[in-house]
Amino acid sequence: MTVETKSAVVITGNKAAAEAARLARVEVVAAYPITPQSPVVEALAKYIETGDLDAEFITVESEHSAMGVCIGAATAGSRVFTASSANGLAYMCEQLSWVAGSRLPIVMGCANRAMSAPWSVLNDQQDSMSQRDQGWIQLFCRNNQEILDTFLQAFRIAEQVKLPVMVCYDGYILSHTVMPVEIPDQEEVDAYLPPYAAHTALDPAAPRNINPVTLADPRLNGEGVLCHGYMEFRYLMEQAHQEALDVIVKADEEFGARFGRRWGGLTWSYQLDDADTVLIAAGSLAGEATISADMLREEGVRAGVLGLRAYRPFPADSLAEQLKQAKRVIVFDKSLSYGYGGPICMDVRATLQRHKMATDVDGYIAGLGGRDIKARELAAATRESIAWAAKRHAPKPTGWINLQL
Amino acid sequence: MATNALNLPENEYLLPGNRACAGCSVGIVFRHLSKALEGKAIFVVPASCFTVLCGMYPTASVTVPVMNSVFPGTAACASGIAASLKKQGREDITVVAMAGDGGTADIGIQGLSGAAERNANVFFVCYDNEAYMNTGTQRSGLTPLGARTSTTPTLGKGQFPKDMPAIVEAHDVPYIATASPGYPGDLYDKVRKARAIFGTRYMHINAPCPAGWQFAPGQTVAMAKSAVETRAFILYEIENGKFRLTGRSLALAGKDKFPGISEFLRHQGRFSKLDEALAAQLQARVEERWRQAVARHIACEQQ
Repeated sequence: MTVETKSAVVITGNKAAAEAARLARVEVVAAYPITPQSPVVEALAKYIETGDLDAEFITVESEHSAMGVCIGAATAGSRVFTASSANGLAYMCEQLSWVAGSRLPIVMGCANRAMSAPWSVLNDQQDSMSQRDQGWIQLFCRNNQEILDTFLQAFRIAEQVKLPVMVCYDGYILSHTVMPVEIPDQEEVDAYLPPYAAHTALDPAAPRNINPVTLADPRLNGEGVLCHGYMEFRYLMEQAHQEALDVIVKADEEFGARFGRRWGGLTWSYQLDDADTVLIAAGSLAGEATISADMLREEGVRAGVLGLRAYRPFPADSLAEQLKQAKRVIVFDKSLSYGYGGPICMDVRATLQRHKMATDVDGYIAGLGGRDIKARELAAATRESIAWAAKRHAPKPTGWINLQL
Repeated sequence: MATNALNLPENEYLLPGNRACAGCSVGIVFRHLSKALEGKAIFVVPASCFTVLCGMYPTASVTVPVMNSVFPGTAACASGIAASLKKQGREDITVVAMAGDGGTADIGIQGLSGAAERNANVFFVCYDNEAYMNTGTQRSGLTPLGARTSTTPTLGKGQFPKDMPAIVEAHDVPYIATASPGYPGDLYDKVRKARAIFGTRYMHINAPCPAGWQFAPGQTVAMAKSAVETRAFILYEIENGKFRLTGRSLALAGKDKFPGISEFLRHQGRFSKLDEALAAQLQARVEERWRQAVARHIACEQQ
């Protein structure tokens, strides 16, 4: 049987993000330049100027305004797009919370970059991690094809559960590195992603006051109907996140059925079936860990990898199920909750505790501010954890990979 | 013919009963704004007194669509709505960004500057009650020299306010106007004019605040009129760079005797401890700004 393969183009992660926005037929784009995100919006500006994309491009004076424009346009009924990194994402902070609370299905890209100070334009994941609790869905990508495909899935997920989605991809490692990427046909994308139908309306014929002051307790409206208080709205937001756990999986399945590529839904795995030592990470770092797993297997360690695609909502049940046979879990975080440890590591520990699993979970901080991470270093860290468990009873402190103090 | 109380449209877009303070001038401003726009508008509102006036979920005091925004985000949100309406071919709707002095001249100035530089199709209205009234009368960039606020509690503010219309004018926008709730016909006519213009339009409204300025709630309109009569506030418009005095200020341009600024200030508790040196500074500034306005009016007329 011959399988007809479409020709792939060789593009950066940023270009893949821009291609996805074009294919999603976004109608309003607003963005402010920041390294390493800038090429995304440069590409979109070109599409719009040359007529390849029929959209309004608003060249705002800040990231705060970029998200402000997206909020206005999405509420008025347009599919929107923006992207940012690091300080730019932080500058959007209150807008990110506003988007989620408004239940606007905005999709944005985050080319992950280290937070200052001191300045660094290089990669880690502290930026998106710092915005973790704003109410956004966060999806991580491991290569440029996954970036393009995840953005298309993200619009579908966002518009179904009425939550914003941040598609995270590692700055430079993916954003500026070229890889072969298959560009789907527009007709196929149109079939997968129907036109944006806003659940909000700004219409003088049917006036509404959107996001007014909302009190703690439910109140009666003019017709005597009891309407939600602030806490009810927040509960519904959390319910939407729980619902998204299924929606993310289905969006990936249906994407696979149409385009022939699936990315695992909430998580993906490598050599996991018989693994008693599981390496966990998000983004390109998890890809690197697959090479480490191969190295460890050559030494007789039954190692596997569990890659996180969805970080929020956190796929806790799925993780617990997949880690049933694991004796030890090694989590590599590219960010840090200062004063405690790696955020993904903490979530994995909590998940296993909640499922009454006595698995050892060791955490390592890796790659902050662009520090290079090699597969052999992840393998060495894994060996260190195995050795620690054999000799000691005290919990192993968080390790720092390739620290050169 | 200029619009007056007798020929104003009767349609109301402000329902009876709202949460504004007694004597709040923002209600007068909104009534005439919305009448001039015939309700065919979307209002974008940052954290401000107008947020309070519009009501709390799930009830509303206005019958136009209102979109609340984060404090610094008014102009950007309005730009986004305008971009979406353009894409949808719904440009018959005026997008009104309506912010207080803080939301315009302090925390909102960056977004407003960006929108004005892009000539975003937004009508930005600043109702200037000269301090952060909604949070309890803290000093703002538009608080006048000498005014006591809760963050300048004993000495009063030590600086003159920013000249916000001049800042916006530096962005080369097609229409700028000032207006006063003391002269709603003038306000109405300017909104009608602004409505028909494409691009960023800016209106700066003097908005007396009984609670923050400390005067009796029944004196709001008298206070607004006094600001214009004493020339502390000047009614004008700048259309494509052409400046002209309007309404009562135009009528005053023919006079050579005016009540002193103290006539306006002495009814306001916030100026009750103003010393003579500061009062003289305020009067000198009024004279200089009036001289400049009249000269510019005459120069533009002769062009």
